[in-house]
Amino acid sequence: MVKIQYFAGLRETLGAQNEELALPAEVANVEQLARHLSQSRAGEWAVLEDPSRVLIAVNQTIVERSHPLQGSEEVAFFPPMTGG
Amino acid sequence: MISVQKADFDMAQLYGALREESANAGGIACFTGLVREFYEPEDKGREPAVKSLFLEHYPGMTEKALADIVAEAEGRWDVLASQVVHRVGELHAGDQIVFVGVASTHRGDAFAAAEFIMDYLKTRAPFWKKQQAGDTSEWIESRASDEQARARWEKSS
Repeated sequence: MVKIQYFAGLRETLGAQNEELALPAEVANVEQLARHLSQSRAGEWAVLEDPSRVLIAVNQTIVERSHPLQGSEEVAFFPPMTGG
Repeated sequence: MISVQKADFDMAQLYGALREESANAGGIACFTGLVREFYEPEDKGREPAVKSLFLEHYPGMTEKALADIVAEAEGRWDVLASQVVHRVGELHAGDQIVFVGVASTHRGDAFAAAEFIMDYLKTRAPFWKKQQAGDTSEWIESRASDEQARARWEKSS
């Protein structure tokens, strides 16, 4: 199972904070996970496929969308950061 | 030292810790970020109505991201000691929000490392600001200028 978390404005837009998900067979990287969530849930979830609006971290490190997934990672989706 | 905390911080105390940790430092650069009223040029004429700010973060990753940023600065410059404090939770206009202090043998390295840490912190550490004005609240959009400030530190090689 991957543990998925959503933060900030994205958490509010999606109405989702965290969940556990068994990766479907066709999901082998982060981009495919975003597409899977976007296509299976539709509506607001399409934003996950837009790299300019949603960043992705795997095991607490920001990764490129080509980053592979084994199926037991901690994955987080969030908007560009606005700290400081 | 890196700290992500709700509580306010005392700059004198952080500066004192930097002096203690860097016996032979030639200089200490300290930066304090404050919450300002979010009032953009296009808002001119509108009431500056922002009453408070809420800082959300990603516990665990935040500390890791800040540690990575500090480690990168230590690899590039002569950093004898550093202190990074970032507040989370509800803050108000005028409140202290972030502190970055760097002790070095020479001022150039202290200034550069402190600015590098701030520029990376704004765009690479998982903090998000939500502003609240009256009954409405909205998430602050990231700025291209912050990303440009970070990108100028990227090595061309």
